[in-house]
Amino acid sequence: METIESDVVIVGAGGAGLRAAIALAEADPGLRVSLLSKVYPMRSHTCAAEGGAAGVAGADDSMDLHFNDTVGGGDWLCDQDAVDFFINEAPKELTRLDHWGCPWSRDKDGRVSVRPFGGMKIKRTWYAADKTGFHLLHTLFQTSLQFESIRRFDEVFTTDLLVVDGKVQGCCAVEMRSGEMKQFLAPAVILCTGGGGRIFPFTTNGAIKTGDGMALAYRAGVPLKDMEFVQYHPTGLPATGILLTEGCRGEGGVLRNKDGYRYLQDYGMGPETPLGETVLKTMELGPRDRLSQAFWHEQQKGNTVPTKWGDCVLLDMTHLGEKKIHERLPFVQELAHAYASVDIVKEAVPIRPVVHYMMGGIHTDINAATPLPGLFAAGECACVSINGANRLGSNSLTELLVFGKRAAESAAEYVRSAAPKTDRAAADQQASAAEARVRALFERTEGAETMTAIRNAMTHTMETGAGIYRDEAMLTDTVNTLADLRSRRSGIALRDKSKVFNTEFTQLLELDNMLDVAQAVAVSALARKESRGSHQRLDYVERNDDTYLKHSMAHYQGEDAPRIDYLDVVITKSRPGVRDYSGAKS
Amino acid sequence: MSQRQITFEILRYDPETESEPRFQAYCVPCEEEWVVLDALNYIKDNLDGTLSYRWSCHMAVCGSCGMMINGEPMLSCKAFVRDFPNGGSIRVEPLTHFPIERDLVVVMDDFMDKLQAVKPYVIPKKKRTVEDGTYKQTPKQLHQYQQYSMCINCMLCYAACPQYALAPDFIGPAALALTHRYNLDSRDHGRPQRQEVVAAHEGVWECSFVGACSEVCPKDVDPAGAIQQMKIASTVDWYLEHLMPWRRK
Repeated sequence: METIESDVVIVGAGGAGLRAAIALAEADPGLRVSLLSKVYPMRSHTCAAEGGAAGVAGADDSMDLHFNDTVGGGDWLCDQDAVDFFINEAPKELTRLDHWGCPWSRDKDGRVSVRPFGGMKIKRTWYAADKTGFHLLHTLFQTSLQFESIRRFDEVFTTDLLVVDGKVQGCCAVEMRSGEMKQFLAPAVILCTGGGGRIFPFTTNGAIKTGDGMALAYRAGVPLKDMEFVQYHPTGLPATGILLTEGCRGEGGVLRNKDGYRYLQDYGMGPETPLGETVLKTMELGPRDRLSQAFWHEQQKGNTVPTKWGDCVLLDMTHLGEKKIHERLPFVQELAHAYASVDIVKEAVPIRPVVHYMMGGIHTDINAATPLPGLFAAGECACVSINGANRLGSNSLTELLVFGKRAAESAAEYVRSAAPKTDRAAADQQASAAEARVRALFERTEGAETMTAIRNAMTHTMETGAGIYRDEAMLTDTVNTLADLRSRRSGIALRDKSKVFNTEFTQLLELDNMLDVAQAVAVSALARKESRGSHQRLDYVERNDDTYLKHSMAHYQGEDAPRIDYLDVVITKSRPGVRDYSGAKS
Repeated sequence: MSQRQITFEILRYDPETESEPRFQAYCVPCEEEWVVLDALNYIKDNLDGTLSYRWSCHMAVCGSCGMMINGEPMLSCKAFVRDFPNGGSIRVEPLTHFPIERDLVVVMDDFMDKLQAVKPYVIPKKKRTVEDGTYKQTPKQLHQYQQYSMCINCMLCYAACPQYALAPDFIGPAALALTHRYNLDSRDHGRPQRQEVVAAHEGVWECSFVGACSEVCPKDVDPAGAIQQMKIASTVDWYLEHLMPWRRK
């Protein structure tokens, strides 16, 4: 087995991974960085983010306002020390992106423009038209190309973390081109593998979002935090789940039910705002969890529009005019035209809520460190937590920058100060065991189960039991189904025996990861007997701060369901209060 | 609900067991809204798990799923089955002009090397700190390069480029468009460094201005236009250098 030695290994080369790599290269060109990804960096799902990245910019805005929007938006489950750090770093990171060439949209005088997003008191979303994630990713990737200390390994699939004497020593990964296992030895590993939206059937997430890093850390003994909090984005295209950015509403788009009525006013987000006027933090500029929940109620009342691809409501942007749409929302225009045959200049487009983002993830502290020495995590795969029970739109792109950099700094400091010695013999032994396990998986010929059937059963049970609204019976059923599916996965045999770019094999590894992550979501959701943010229980409709102002921690238990315990939320200055998105307030 | 049975003839090649590519036919019940990628996923999930191809976003932005579809380089996630003639089969092959790694997966090494070669990053006149704040860049200055920043690296333009087929050393449309993108950015002063690559033999002069790259680009980047503008700029450089040496910066 080939061994590659470096000082820091980064798994995942999307926004967070690239930002971490650049930070390491800038901090110390002598640090040898290995940047691993199962795809080429520019394929990473950061590219699909559309609307923008939040950071205080205008004179009318303040750190306190960004703090309050974030913490209230997260239904007080955010760690407030982490939020403080995040909002203070946010404008600096977005400024760095400007220096690196990000094509931020501009005001006439040449300053960076900001647009409103849901749940914001003041507009603070920096944007590059409606392709912000795409530009952010490519800017980072292209910037990273100038650093010789970053060695990229594209299209390698990480299968195991190497952990010796309670410390991370690197990882093992299969090179997809050759099918060969490689050992990456390093005293520090940063996981930046993104979310796992593919555990659901209807998601904005690309095929690669299978929770790989979450599963790696989880199996290595690191708890997954707040996994029950899954964000539905209110505006996805029905057939494909393609996202239409919140920027649509930020620019003045409105939501209507089958009668043309702006129904959000019936769900605590009224009164109705004048058409074409963007009034912040109310109606269509309420937070994502509330908007997706309002859809569910409209559906119960029969006020939705039935389509071949499920019930929908209508996103109406016809009053914005062609010029504004072309300038601010060109990608949305292209997507709606191509994938829904709708010209948004002339007609409203049918949309419905779609799984978009996981607030939960690998338990990290404010330094992006996990409890496992040498292991760090950043971006969607991590849970710091700045997002709490519901992430505000446009905080995630900024998060991957702020905490990608933070993880790099922490890893560099760890490598320097702790001078952790790599125990080569023990690591070799683990790598050989990992290789044997993967080979056995590869060579398995017996088995009556099919990958497609198990994956479909998993996504189906997640949607029916762990969707926008949940209750004891639904969740119990989902938890049982997942346990059954996990026990059946060993019955899947591979038909593809080629070592070259074997995607049946990588799909099997991904399915394994997804089943573990899905179980953590469902079991955490069953255990949280309250409603908070994106986690809504029909049988426990109120928020219960006495018992549940806490982070859920799911601990891996092998073939059994995870053990759940709780960790206190860090509260520094904002006591839990009422989330008020009515426009009637001051 | 209208479904259409469509036969897909797909190029298969496993270098471990086969000496050359072959075609395999699959009959797929396609929904009207489907793209070719949906059909490939149907095959992978229901008919033949051994088929290999790259894909992720299914919204024409990650650039993974470029393929030859009935001989044209296209993103399979944006190639709607309804746009192909009724009754005919659809032929799917890996992007041409690249070595085949396996089935519809091509070897990308050459493209990745070329991307890196053109120094696609801001080379500032003077290093700027966060305390200096953001650059001022007017909407007009942004507009100068914006179109060339839209490239998703899908490599359709390389598959369309007759020159790349003849001269594999040619840096090619996407990498040259990216060069132009940074040269035109008001924040950048790296053009002299990039010129070494661009003005060399494998640079812009290799382009015979067929324009096929711009025709197939799914993001309207117009690499052909970028290359022509760079030819003019390089020519101006040459005259300044040789005829008016005192004008050299």
